[in-house]
Amino acid sequence: MVDQTGIMTMAETGSWVWTTLATAAGGTMLDGFKQFVNEWSVPQISLPLFFMPIFVLSIVLYRKWTKPIWFWPGLIVFTIVYFGFIFLDPSYAAILKKPDNVPISMMIYGTVFCLWMALRQAAKNDHSLETGQPLVEEGREDKVLCWPDLVYEELIAMVLCTALLIVWSVFLKAPLEAPANPAGPPNPSKAPWYFLGLQELLVYFDPWMAGVVLPGLIIVGLGALPFIDVNPKGNGYYTYKERKFAIWTFMFGFVILWVVLIVFGTFLRGPNWNFFGPFQPWDPHRVDKLTNINLSEIVYVQTLHRPMPESRLVREAPGLLFAAFWLFALPPLLAQIWPLFKRLRYQMGFARYYLMSFLFVVMMLVPVKMAARWLFNLKYIIAIPEINFNL
Amino acid sequence: MFQVISTYIRESQLWNSFFRHGPPRDRRTRVMVVMSNLFLHLHPVAVRRSGIRLSFTWCMGGLTFFLFIAETISGVLLMFYYRPVVEYAYSDIVQMRSALTLGIMREIHRWGAHAMIISIWLHMMRVFLTGSYKPPREFNWVVGVLLLVLTLLMSFTGYLLPWDQLAIWAITVGSKMAEATPFMGMNGPGRELLQLPGGIPLVTANSDAKFLLLAGASVGAPALLRFYVLHCIAIPLAVSVLIAVHFWRIRKDGGISGPM
Repeated sequence: MVDQTGIMTMAETGSWVWTTLATAAGGTMLDGFKQFVNEWSVPQISLPLFFMPIFVLSIVLYRKWTKPIWFWPGLIVFTIVYFGFIFLDPSYAAILKKPDNVPISMMIYGTVFCLWMALRQAAKNDHSLETGQPLVEEGREDKVLCWPDLVYEELIAMVLCTALLIVWSVFLKAPLEAPANPAGPPNPSKAPWYFLGLQELLVYFDPWMAGVVLPGLIIVGLGALPFIDVNPKGNGYYTYKERKFAIWTFMFGFVILWVVLIVFGTFLRGPNWNFFGPFQPWDPHRVDKLTNINLSEIVYVQTLHRPMPESRLVREAPGLLFAAFWLFALPPLLAQIWPLFKRLRYQMGFARYYLMSFLFVVMMLVPVKMAARWLFNLKYIIAIPEINFNL
Repeated sequence: MFQVISTYIRESQLWNSFFRHGPPRDRRTRVMVVMSNLFLHLHPVAVRRSGIRLSFTWCMGGLTFFLFIAETISGVLLMFYYRPVVEYAYSDIVQMRSALTLGIMREIHRWGAHAMIISIWLHMMRVFLTGSYKPPREFNWVVGVLLLVLTLLMSFTGYLLPWDQLAIWAITVGSKMAEATPFMGMNGPGRELLQLPGGIPLVTANSDAKFLLLAGASVGAPALLRFYVLHCIAIPLAVSVLIAVHFWRIRKDGGISGPM
């Protein structure tokens, strides 16, 4: 008996020691992990080193990861991690459980799932195109009657959508904050979530660019898309191989510059539009030092070691030259030196090519300005605050 | 007995004035049901089998349209309980919360609006990735882009109506952009260029693009009324017309896209 009790006590003690150690180690590991994520989630690290590689690999390796054997386990692991941290961290739970943030989770899942479906069929079709087999969408003459095939499909979709909407509405109340007070802005003040990608751009651009010119050009560019994409292939079926440039450009704009920036803007931008990691409590008193400098200062003061020129035109000459080069010299230059653009220039003709390449370089100005901010603390390329012209 | 009643009903004038043919059980009546019904005849009688696969269309365009209808119905119900006046707007919403037992119309309206934005984005992504904007569907893509912009504006104008802190400051942040419109915003680049002889500026806080949007220099009572009218009447009407064009052009351009 005594021996037995002793053994049991020892076993108990052992398991207690083990549990305590494991919890402590696990807790430390968890804290270490959270700290790591918080520090590495800032845009200057996570955009080039996390989101961009994932985006690039998801398109380059589209034939591999879209296989159900890779996709479904991956989605399950992602879901466990994505929702699991609700139980492990209060700040993260506060972000994810906020009723107005639910659409962001839906947007993330919708985009990932639809991208998977599209690239999966593109992989199948590209394989068929290589081996001369029929496409997934083949069978032009294979018709079915609208009733019942299509009508029932629509009915089921409507019923499911209604059910989802009702369940969502029963469990989550629409938010209502304190009555409007024109004298007391909340901190942070955020635009509706679907515009937060643009509000995120306000970190890098002035409102006339982030709020007017860039969204305007997005609309113009989307509208012009069918007229500047002259590639006759890939009409009416999923493919990647036959229209690589179109897919890279559009998906970069949609996934990275729109969806990811919305996620940053809603989930990770706190008081004073400061950036907070997903496991960081929003501290309204945190002050982030702003040490950004203009291109003119980098050129004249830091490089040439001279005082700033008096004349506005001379002072901003480097920025104006850069902007002129970027907008007007780069499109013809690309047609000379980049084989892809050389081919496009030949295929598209003058007007189409210059419209497309202008839209392209303006879009690329966004990541370029972001990179310049992260690398050189660049504030403005051109800064003429006297006439509100800052780029 | 059942047979007798059923036959009696089916041969009555009332029944026959509603239904011009028998139930859709064979090919002939299935064709007729689509052709003799205003709503069903938006569809072609026959569709390509691979075109209506869920994995091809994701049903996102259809869901966007369905959510637009759900928004219209729940929105009309909300209009019964809401006055777009600063004195009442917020308290009407509070009333709606407390007085209406089991009321979820506001929830349906708000979450449905969010869902509609996601579904319209995914619809655009699907149309892009299947190359369905290519000839002969270029025009319909442009109509779709306009519908996308109007949907965002519809949601944006609706965001102000609860008149709480979230609403007024989200619209303040959003409309600050209009202030910076080049040439036409009071803080935009190049606004000095627009002035009358004698140095009288044309673009001021009371005449710039933001003023046009808000009917004032900041978000106040006139903005609430303006957003209400835009949200409930003007934009939905424009959207309805464009949806009709969009659907009509799908048919005229050859139905759901497929390999040429």
